[in-house]
Amino acid sequence: MLPISKSDRVLVAIVDEAIDIASYRHLIEDPDVGAHAWFEGVTRRMTGDLQTTQLSYEAFRPMAITQMNSIGEETLRQFGLYKVVIVHRLGVVAIGEASLIVGCSAAHRKTIFEALAIIVDRLKADVPIWKKETFVDGEEQWVHPT
Amino acid sequence: MTDNQTSNMTQREILLFAIASELAERDRLTIHIAAHATADDVMLAIGDACPELVQWLPSCRLAINQVFSRPDDTIPENAELALIPPVSGG
Repeated sequence: MLPISKSDRVLVAIVDEAIDIASYRHLIEDPDVGAHAWFEGVTRRMTGDLQTTQLSYEAFRPMAITQMNSIGEETLRQFGLYKVVIVHRLGVVAIGEASLIVGCSAAHRKTIFEALAIIVDRLKADVPIWKKETFVDGEEQWVHPT
Repeated sequence: MTDNQTSNMTQREILLFAIASELAERDRLTIHIAAHATADDVMLAIGDACPELVQWLPSCRLAINQVFSRPDDTIPENAELALIPPVSGG
């Protein structure tokens, strides 16, 4: 699926299939940047003593796309980034597979570490996407931020 | 509520997602609100229409035309309304 974007510097997408991070790398490349950074959020098996078998995601898609674009545009301006890519997967995501990738590029390295963290934090706070966790005993539970 | 108040009420649909949809056992909820109702009024009406959601409402937000609202925002005519439970993307 091609990313949906408001500008050629912020590219966001919601996909229903596995995310191949390599296929997105070229989207933040440019001869004039000196730093690329990527975050990849993956399904974790153990949380304390609880064993997870899978996560399942759903979204209010049009609003999620709008919010992701806003976060990308605002962070790009705030940190003077060159490009931002945000891709979230919906549906069942197995252990070790990616549900989220965020990439950004800038002239220098310092800003992109902070920018990357802020993009992920804001996505977790304001993008209408929800995950349900399935445990090894078959119990299911919506995950809520603490 | 008087008959006059009742006649001034309009019917609106609320989109439901995730735990809200699961608790209500549907993905759309019909509520009745006054013509110049606020987002706060909508939240109260949601609780009236679906008591199963009452305990979750304090942690939910209302989106008006896909933008998070403030409690005193007035609901525009024909606006799309969505109840947004605590999000957990990533």
